[in-house]
Amino acid sequence: MKYLYYPGCSLKSTGKPYEESLKAVFSALEVPLEELKDWNCCGATAYMAVNEVKSFALSARNLALAEKQGEPAENGMVQLVAPCSACYAGMLKAQRYLAENEEIRKRVERGLSDASLSYAGKVQVRHPLDVMVNDIGLEKIKGAVKSPLGSKVACYYGCQIVRPYATFDDQASPFALDTLMEAIGAAPLDWAMKTRCCGGTFVATIREVGLRLNYLILKEAQRKGADLVATTCPLCQFGLECFQHEVNSAFRGDIRMPVAYFTQMVGLSFGIPEKELGLQRLFVPYKKASIGG
Amino acid sequence: MRSPTPAPYSPSGAAERPSLLYEVRKVLKYESELNPEFGREVARKAHGENLFACIQCGTCSGTCPVSHYMDYAPRRIIAMVREGFEDEVLTSSTIWLCASCYQCTVDCPKQIKLTDIMYALKQIAIAKHLYPKKFAVPIMAEEFYRGVAKNGRNNEGMMMVNIARKTSLLNLFKYSRLGMKLFTTGRVALRQEGIEHKEQLRTLLRGVERAEEEAR
Repeated sequence: MKYLYYPGCSLKSTGKPYEESLKAVFSALEVPLEELKDWNCCGATAYMAVNEVKSFALSARNLALAEKQGEPAENGMVQLVAPCSACYAGMLKAQRYLAENEEIRKRVERGLSDASLSYAGKVQVRHPLDVMVNDIGLEKIKGAVKSPLGSKVACYYGCQIVRPYATFDDQASPFALDTLMEAIGAAPLDWAMKTRCCGGTFVATIREVGLRLNYLILKEAQRKGADLVATTCPLCQFGLECFQHEVNSAFRGDIRMPVAYFTQMVGLSFGIPEKELGLQRLFVPYKKASIGG
Repeated sequence: MRSPTPAPYSPSGAAERPSLLYEVRKVLKYESELNPEFGREVARKAHGENLFACIQCGTCSGTCPVSHYMDYAPRRIIAMVREGFEDEVLTSSTIWLCASCYQCTVDCPKQIKLTDIMYALKQIAIAKHLYPKKFAVPIMAEEFYRGVAKNGRNNEGMMMVNIARKTSLLNLFKYSRLGMKLFTTGRVALRQEGIEHKEQLRTLLRGVERAEEEAR
């Protein structure tokens, strides 16, 4: 089955290692991933704060393009993979409102038809974690593992991947990432911060609050004895890792916690070279060798 | 004997809780000073969201990861919206501190979509320019909105620089270390990324706008 890939803005800049490792892992698993042509920004949370219907329209254009470019899977739906939680949640929300709210649907359809586009609702938005665990399957992934990781990992899902429109996993206590980490030989920790909000862009806007939310998550991972935090979202990764220096100075902390994308970890266990997984781009180095395994 | 001065509030060894954006104001209001239409306006804007079903249980406030930074926690905001405390709500820090993590929406026993209500309040406040000057959250939202409408994509680096320009240049200095690090690790896009069919996107957004105007 072929998947269309919607990178979103982050995976082309701060989230580059996510894109690199995602592509490397999918190619190692021989699952084709084709980038959506001429995709636009999903609107994220900022667009919704100014004009919600227009933010749905942004998603609708991407969905319309995907419907045109992709081939439907067995269930008749084009599979569109969105690795960034904000894009994933944004598109799912747009789909929900387009399906349930006639007023919104009419407005968005008017815009689509003006722009000579159409969307018939035949796109299924998927997170790569969902695809890996539920489509590709843990058995196939286990089979591809060359060197099990053996590190203690705090699985951090973030907020938008599980709430409230997501189509897989539990909203309060998700486990997909834990099972995947087990499959590659890592030991997922039991901790309470799995879906606690990191504050997203607050690190850049309301600094005190943003740093504090990130501190709470990092500190708890440290207390639980984690070797690293595994993330599924570029915004969470950016806050938790790139602002760790700022978090430490604001809270007199001594945290030095690698924060890696789950795809980077899967790639490492497959024996994919570190450079192809973008590991050299991390601020806090995560090397398999340094933590055993 | 004098009792020792209590230490300042210090969660987990952190610095004293900062007074953030506004002082908490306690005002008495007469019923005639309230806007009874406000609740319905917000409900409409939030797609008919039934905030009048709220039983004031406080689950939203308890579950919100940032409620202790807010001047009015979410439960109070809902109560104030439906009673018509328009000015207080629209100038509150609450609406900007909502990071839309949807925890309250998921947990609300009456299935009220609080996150959508917060979005509706942000939209009204931005349209009325009811936020403090140089306050970064709405400035970021507007920067983002303009950039995407123009180019179809957002450039994270440029956005950070523009926010600093419009809030405090000191921020540029604060983030210079981070910027350098992102640059050396190849995690910043230097040129403005844009889509190929910008005109198509603009036509789409104009179409939505026209449909909105006609509906009014």
